[in-house]
Amino acid sequence: MTNLEKYDSAFTETFGIERGQLAGLKYQDIEAWDSVGHMSLTAALEEAFDIMMETDDIIDLSSYEAGMKILAEKYNVEF
Amino acid sequence: MTLDEILDIPPYSLRKDDKEKLLLARLNELTELHRENCPEYARVYGAMGFTERAGSVEEIPFLHTAMFKEFDMMSVNPSEVVKTLTSSGTSGQKPSKIYLDRATAQAQQKALARIMSDFIGSKRIPMIILDCPSTLKDRKKFSARGAGILGFSVFGSKRIYAFDDDMKLDVDSLREFLGKISKNTLAGGGADLLLFGFTFMIWEYFCKAAEKSGLDLSNGILIHGGGWKKLANEAVSPEEFRRRLHDVCGISRVHDYYGMAEQTGCVYMQCEYGHFHASTFSDVIMRRPGDFSVCRFGERGIIQTVSVIPQSYPGHSLLTEDEGEILGEDDCPCGRAGKYFKVYGRLKGAEVRGCSDTYERS
Repeated sequence: MTNLEKYDSAFTETFGIERGQLAGLKYQDIEAWDSVGHMSLTAALEEAFDIMMETDDIIDLSSYEAGMKILAEKYNVEF
Repeated sequence: MTLDEILDIPPYSLRKDDKEKLLLARLNELTELHRENCPEYARVYGAMGFTERAGSVEEIPFLHTAMFKEFDMMSVNPSEVVKTLTSSGTSGQKPSKIYLDRATAQAQQKALARIMSDFIGSKRIPMIILDCPSTLKDRKKFSARGAGILGFSVFGSKRIYAFDDDMKLDVDSLREFLGKISKNTLAGGGADLLLFGFTFMIWEYFCKAAEKSGLDLSNGILIHGGGWKKLANEAVSPEEFRRRLHDVCGISRVHDYYGMAEQTGCVYMQCEYGHFHASTFSDVIMRRPGDFSVCRFGERGIIQTVSVIPQSYPGHSLLTEDEGEILGEDDCPCGRAGKYFKVYGRLKGAEVRGCSDTYERS
């Protein structure tokens, strides 16, 4: 699996949505991505990339695109 | 300064004059915003005879928290509300309803993170939630307890609930959880384990159950909140609470916090000297019950709280039902700038309310 596939799976599996829904997706856009869902997403991303995110990064992960930027810039995940 | 810029300021760095300047500008801005967007707020504002911008933080108009029980106080379109917090309505009372949009909810979480990192560091650590999983059962409508747990959960690298839904302490799972921690993370300095819970729940359930468990939590830092009302009725003092916690599980770093659903995020953390501290993002003013004039430092009064955060509801300046006393400003021995204070608890005659107090034994 490529990193992008891993990244997408964390979202689609956590929220039960399709890949086609990911572009532009923001926190609270869908019912599943609420604050409880956000903690599950964090856990899924941490497991997928074997990382431990900082508190601020978890809070800043407010959209599909923002998360990709955070992982790339701070956790050396190449997409 | 934008809210994001304010939230980037270290939480205990601003001294009196700088803080006054920052708060005044932001609070005036919020008053304007809510006057324009929340009809109920505009009505109260007008009825109180306010006409112009406040010249000091003390002149910012304040709402009584009961307003949030009686009315749907909202400064955004209902479609923008992503979360509704309800404060503990003990039996027979209406709960407060606090409407959050995305920006306000995120700012709350950010403020909490800034404040907490001053106490536990920016690294996330394993966390034991001294409560039961069913507190978060209804994801759409959190109780103050659920919101507290969720807000603090972001600081946990791994999380475990100490109790099952029958409020039975899950000693075996806790032991296994602790076993993994001591192998993995005990090497670093600082706290290795975060414990979070509500004061009454900890006293009533955790202290009793932990006594016979033999759990060693001496490497932990415990953050608790929710008020002392019920414990005060049982004549439990904060000193007794801390002593007993130390006796049953060896924990010695214990921090209470003062906070309310109406201003979630801006918690007032208790420092190593036992004083509650206002952060850069909020402040406290004590007022005399007779005419609401401002108390001197060292004089007991009703606690008013102001916060830079509430944008989706008019909760930036509130008169609580609690009594407190300012102990000083910018000169606490712990080194944190800002006002520090003491809380005496509910005013006599005020409605009984406190978020950990809503758990009734059936």
